[in-house]
This record gives sequence, C-alpha cells and structure tokens, in this order.
Amino acid sequence: QKVSVEVLDHLEQLALVDFRDLEGVERLQKAIQFADQLHEVNTDGVEPMDSVLEDRCLYLREDNVTEGNCTKELLENAREKEEEYFVAPPGNIPLPKLEERETFLQHS
Amino acid sequence: AALKDGLRSQVSAALKEGRVTPTELCQRCLALIKSTKFLNAYITVAEETALKQAEESEERYKRGQPLGILDGIPIAVKDNFNTAGIETTCASNMLKGYISPYNATVVQKLLDQGAVLLGKTNLDEFAMGSGSTDGVFGPVRNPWSYSKQYKEKSVPKFHSEDEESNWVITGGSSGGSAAAVSSFTCFAALGSDTGGSTRNPAAHCGVVGLKPTYGLISRHGLIPLVNSMDVPGILTRCVDDAAVLLGSLAGHDPKDSTTIQDDFKPFELPNLTDLSKLSVGIPKEYHAPGLSSEILALWSKAADLFRNAGAKVVEVSLPHTRYSIVCYHVLCTAEVASNMARFDGLEYGHRSDMKDSTESMYAATRREGFNDVVRGRILSGNYFLLKQNYEKYFVKAQKVRRLIANDFVKVFRSGVDILLTPTTLSDAAPYAEFIQEDNRTRSAQDDILTQAANMAGLPAINVPTALSERGLPVGLQFIGRSFQEKQLLTVAKWFEKQVQFPVIQLEEVKRHDSGVFQHQKSASFS
Repeated sequence: QKVSVEVLDHLEQLALVDFRDLEGVERLQKAIQFADQLHEVNTDGVEPMDSVLEDRCLYLREDNVTEGNCTKELLENAREKEEEYFVAPPGNIPLPKLEERETFLQHS
Repeated sequence: AALKDGLRSQVSAALKEGRVTPTELCQRCLALIKSTKFLNAYITVAEETALKQAEESEERYKRGQPLGILDGIPIAVKDNFNTAGIETTCASNMLKGYISPYNATVVQKLLDQGAVLLGKTNLDEFAMGSGSTDGVFGPVRNPWSYSKQYKEKSVPKFHSEDEESNWVITGGSSGGSAAAVSSFTCFAALGSDTGGSTRNPAAHCGVVGLKPTYGLISRHGLIPLVNSMDVPGILTRCVDDAAVLLGSLAGHDPKDSTTIQDDFKPFELPNLTDLSKLSVGIPKEYHAPGLSSEILALWSKAADLFRNAGAKVVEVSLPHTRYSIVCYHVLCTAEVASNMARFDGLEYGHRSDMKDSTESMYAATRREGFNDVVRGRILSGNYFLLKQNYEKYFVKAQKVRRLIANDFVKVFRSGVDILLTPTTLSDAAPYAEFIQEDNRTRSAQDDILTQAANMAGLPAINVPTALSERGLPVGLQFIGRSFQEKQLLTVAKWFEKQVQFPVIQLEEVKRHDSGVFQHQKSASFS
C-alpha cells in the first residue's frame, strides 16, 4: 500500500518540511513498513505508557517570579527584529496548493 | 600527572599537591586537540575561556580552596548542550552561528565546580544517528583507527592509502565526545543517550559510557530529541571517574520537571570482593541476529567470570526485546516531529530569505536548515501522528513500550540484580562500509542492544572489555534497576578491574604526555 499523493502533500504542509525527491518518499514508505511490525504484538488490555515516571508526582513550586527580564539576550539570536518584536513575514497566507508549489510531489 | 590518570585517585591529588597546575593540564589538552584535529572530534574549541577558567582554578588551588575533585579538570561537552556565549550547533545548518544565552544545567554544574570547558564535540545532526557521520561538520574518526593496535592488525595494501580509507567510525551519536575522551584530549565528556547514543560510541572507542536513570540528571538545556527518553550521558576512561561525574550532576532540578525529587547522595565506589549475593541475568534475546561470534564469545566469557567469582548467573527472558527498535522508531519520530517544530527561523537559528509569507518562510528555513535524516524523521513522525494513524501507530507503540518496561520489572522482581549484555553487534565498521546503508537502517541495526534501556528508563553502562581481532575495542553492557546507579557502577568497576582493557597506543598522545608519572597505574593499565 503506497501512501497517496494527497497524504504526502498533507504531510509536507503539516511538517513544513519537504520530501525533496523520490528517495525521501521511499524513506517514508520504508519507515511505515518497519513500523507495521508493531501490529504483531498483542496489546489487549495494555495501557499506553507516556512516561517511565508515571508513578511519581510532578514537582510543583510556589507561583513566584524567580527569573526573567532577559529580553535583550533572547533577541540577540533573532535575525530580524524591531524594537522588542520578532519580525515575521505576513501571516494568514496559506502555502500554495500542490499544483502551484515548487515541490517534488508535483511530478508524482 | 599523566593524561591517563584517574580523577579521584590521581589527578585531583596531583593538582592539590601542586605537582601539576590546571593551566598545564589545560594547555596539554588544547595542544593534543590541535594535533588530533584529523579526528574531527571537536566542533568548537573554546581556547580563551578554557585558559581563563584554568587560571581561576589555579588561583583557588594556590589559596588551598579548590571547589572539589573537578576543579581544574578539562572536560568536553556534546554540541547539543547549551553553553552560554559559546556556539551550539547540534551539527546542523539550522543552528550554525547560534550562541546560547544560557548554560544547560549540567554544564552549569560542571562550571560551578571549577571544571574547565575545552569545547563542544561533534555528533550526528541533532543527535540522530549511530555513527557520528551525519553532521554538517563531517564525520568523526575513531582514534583507534590510528592506534598501534589497529594498524598492526590491518592488512597492508598501499601504505599511504590505508590511513585515509581504512579509518573506522566512532559510533554515535555522541562520537565526538567518545573520541575526545578516548584520545586523552579531556578527562571526561558529556554525551546524550536516547537510544544508545552514549553507550554505542563508548563501546567503539573503548571508553566507559554511562546512561543514567531517566529522571536522575537534568535535561534543562539539552536540546531535546525524545523528551520521554533523552538523558545526558557521561563518558570517561574509567568507572570511578563516571561515578565522580555522576555525583556532580545528579539531583533534582526545578527547571526540569522530569527530574525526580528524591535526595541524591554522591557516592564513592567500594571494591567488590564478595559476589556471592549478586545475581546476574543474561537476557537470551540479546543474542540478536548479526551479533559477531567474537562478541558472543566475550559475553560468554564474562558470564563465566561472574560465575567463577561466586555470583549467581542465570539466563532470563525479555520477550519483547525485538520490538523495542520498532517501538522506538515510532515514538522517536513522533516526538522529533514535535520537538523540531520550534525551528522556524523567527527567534534563533537559520532564517531563510524567503519573505512571501510566514508559512513559506518557515518551510524554506526548514528546507535549508535540516539534513535528510532530520527531515525524514519529521515526516515519518507526522505520518504516525495523523488522526487516521494515531491509535494504530503512536498509541500502539506506547502500549508496546509498557510491555517492554514490564519485561524488565518482571526480571528484576525475580531476584536478578543486574543484566549483562553486549553493547554493539560488532566492532567499529570502516567509514566507507558504514555509509553504504542509510541512517535509519544503520540506527535500527546498531541500537538494538541499547535501545530497550531507554524505553524503560533504566540505567546502563558500557565497560570496555577487550580488543577484537581487528585490534578495535569491544565493550559489554550492564543494565541496572531504576536509580540503583551505585550498584550498577560497583559491579561495572569490579568487571573493569578483571578485564584490564588495554590503553590505546597513539603517537600523538605519547608526544604530549610528558608523563610526570610514567609509572602510574590506573584501572585500565595492564
């Protein structure tokens, strides 16, 4: 069962990372095949495990401000900034559709 | 002091007595780093700050007020730990030029005790891989490739060709750290371990690699791969040194909510003499397909060693072992998909010039910043997390994870104290051979023996055991009960003493180690 172009396109949009070439797509196919081995295991009645520390209580502390005021340091690593803002290109513009995007998947 | 010396027993004493100064140690290490540059173990060498730290340490020793055993000790840190004022790249284009604004907790702890930070070591990009071959700064070379022991065993073809094409990998992903410790350029190094990334290169480079229990050492500042499995790893030349490092690093950190709150008491390791109360388990499933006959024989010999010393040695079963790597594959890619989402070019790291829209900028930044391996895992992870796949893959993997963890619980409950297994399937492969398979395939093969300990959160350690027929290191692994590092390390120390793993014979080290104590005996001296 091959993964459909629609799903591949969907993944590229969700991940904002591209498959780049046939090798990339095949890599996913192989990964799925590999993962399918999980279905050999009988997990009836088994609860999923989120963390090996599930039996312990999470650490809570007093709700007091103990650090911060590091705006200058945090902004130093940003390439584009304006006063105390990180500057982003215009938002709310969806990625172009598959037909209009420059992606390897166009040729699949 | 010689570069070969153990921390607590020799170097610390030498520093206190003034037989060697922190600046001398630092300079010697820096010089050795320069002459072993061909190993490509270091991405960044922080020469100026290291010398400054060494000078400050020297002042403290002169006043008779050293901060502890680690004061003045040169160490190296894997380049996926944040280090204030020093570039942290994760061997990726995504973080080239990124200067951390803060120190990871483990780094801060080392600095607070006076350790001298020599530099950041090379790794697979974002710690994804088992060879330390897939970073943007190129592969790390195993120091043993240049050892007398390996050269003696290599079939000579054309002499000049040999060195260039015959070199072997360090294993990964903490290959730079392992190579740094193995080639004596530092006394200890930090690595990280998510699927075996500290133990695997430790085995291939002939050094001790400790993976602590999940929750014991803070991950704050360690750029995350898999939040539920990552741990900082410790690489040293002997087990005693690993205990020293563990003592300085373990303990609750309010900045990492996954660290346990129990008090941690640093310990010194006793010399085990009576093994009659020890029960060692040999998990039969670790006789995995592809395990070299050499390593199988060593494993067997080790079991006999324990038996003859009076320990109870029993075969045990961890039935879900073979699903561990599949389970890891799903959980790892899923968590990676989430963890890598922070790299969008806005706040730090690489940013593409694309300006059309936020989304297209993010997409271009990530296309330019990540290598194939990272992109592949992100895409796979997103696939397993799709609504239609979530139950089938992600939740299923979480269930299998519980079964794997329960396998260990059952075995430890049956009276076994510690497990003895191989660490890797074979000795280090030549680079040319290793790169013939892709990263995912290699990781799946190489992590098979180390991965389950991460799944279950258990402590595990690689102890260098012997040299293979090719003259390369082979190690064996001990897996212990949760938070029972003292027992784990005590047994590991006993074993280390029995096997007397040989010291690497490197030309470069001989030249730099003027050896005030040529006659020093450390645990690894035969």
